[in-house]
Amino acid sequence: MSIHSSTPDSSPIIELESVRKAYTLPDGQGFDAVHPISLSIARGDVFGLIGTSGAGKSTLLRLINLLEQPDAGSVKVAGRDLTALGRRALREARQNIGMIFQQFNLLQNATVYDNVAFPLRIHGHHSRAEIDARVRECLALVGLSDKSASYPARLSGGQKQRVAIARALAPRPDVLLCDEPTSALDSETTRSLLQTLRDINRDLGVTIVIVTHELAVVDQLCSHVAVLEHGRLIEQFAIDAPAESRRSALGRELAELVAERQWREARLAAAAEVVPIRSPGAVAPAAVSPIHTAKVSYA
Amino acid sequence: MPESFIELLPELWVAIGQTFTMLGIGLSAAVFIGGPLGVLLFLLSPGQSLAHKPSYLVLSWIVNTVRSFPFIILMVALVPFTRLVAGTSIGPLAAAVPLSVAAIPYLARLVEQTLREVPRGVIEAAHAMGASEWQIVWRVLVLEARSGLILALTVLAVSFLSYSAIAGVVGGGGIGDLAIRYGYYRFETDIMLVTVALLIVIVQIIQFGGNAIAHRLDKR
Repeated sequence: MSIHSSTPDSSPIIELESVRKAYTLPDGQGFDAVHPISLSIARGDVFGLIGTSGAGKSTLLRLINLLEQPDAGSVKVAGRDLTALGRRALREARQNIGMIFQQFNLLQNATVYDNVAFPLRIHGHHSRAEIDARVRECLALVGLSDKSASYPARLSGGQKQRVAIARALAPRPDVLLCDEPTSALDSETTRSLLQTLRDINRDLGVTIVIVTHELAVVDQLCSHVAVLEHGRLIEQFAIDAPAESRRSALGRELAELVAERQWREARLAAAAEVVPIRSPGAVAPAAVSPIHTAKVSYA
Repeated sequence: MPESFIELLPELWVAIGQTFTMLGIGLSAAVFIGGPLGVLLFLLSPGQSLAHKPSYLVLSWIVNTVRSFPFIILMVALVPFTRLVAGTSIGPLAAAVPLSVAAIPYLARLVEQTLREVPRGVIEAAHAMGASEWQIVWRVLVLEARSGLILALTVLAVSFLSYSAIAGVVGGGGIGDLAIRYGYYRFETDIMLVTVALLIVIVQIIQFGGNAIAHRLDKR
């Protein structure tokens, strides 16, 4: 089974058209965080934004839900032009765009339950029973049903990020924006969190846009990638597309990583076919098992 | 001492009642006017969601100006205003007027500073979920800063206990008034000691209570 099993259909759910964002630095100088960029992301896709730090990838992500107001250009999500909306309509539209962060950004003085209920409560049109059902559903989805009365301070980093995911998914968004979601987590926790994101994408059809500086995360999660440098979109490709045409260093590095993984998977597949014939009922060969268990483990 | 002390007991009760009247009114004004003012200061400050430099600077200037008055001067300067509001310039109700005027900007500043402790990311996450400013104030800022806000109120209460004693000088009544009339003017040192001891006990109770509540509310 391929890891990238989701098949995005062609209609874009996110369309950025010549969005531009500049900041004024403290010394009064202008700084172009994002030069005019046009980008469209297909419904059901898992899309990675990569680049060195300061490349503008986080800014670009935050332009999608208008946490950053673009200086120019338009941002369309699910067919609606967010830049044309008033404050109230924008707040409504944001229910359709979940977001998770590197630092989780949970309410520390609210229980896990109340954190997940937050987005449902602020948009008044849900009954108490509806909220309760949805919160339990979302907590079950991320495997934290037993933590609903805990406060975030009592949770591990991975658990906090799962709560954040449950919170983001509570209003049933079409899009999930992830801003360095695994950068504060260890590699084991990262793996299991990525599995959760994959499941969400596959089972719920939520389109995922992820900003990360970890190429391994992109390799394991994304179907499509955009590379940014100095606020410019350098290239954009499907992750398993041929590597020859890559223009950026990051793109080539990622291609190597992907090739390595594909080679490893192929070898594993071959081994899996060979093993039962060679030694039926015996223990799996030691050379294969560590990698294999690492790949499928899901805590 | 015992005779004079027992003789004074009824007056002491009245004084305690007056002190708490002044504190109660002053602190209420601070909470209901100074609190929202502090939230407004925070929201208008640079980098926050309602950032507006001119408004922030004007409001901030007013807060600083009122806070820069020595309390006794403020009390005297406000006499005409106090007459207008309370109908008189003596007694605990009258003293509550300048106390309130001083407490409002005091708490506003404390609230503003306390809210700065709420991580930006948490406010941002609420914005990303489509929360309104009003919802962010109540469901994020107040919730996350609640133990700090209780401690701010505790600091205010302790400061204003001593401010209320100053009010005694100009006929405000209360424990401070008692200390001055008997302890200072009549050289009854024992009365002075009793009032000081009483103030110490009240301060300890306020601080202990404030700390305990803040600790209970803090889940971080």
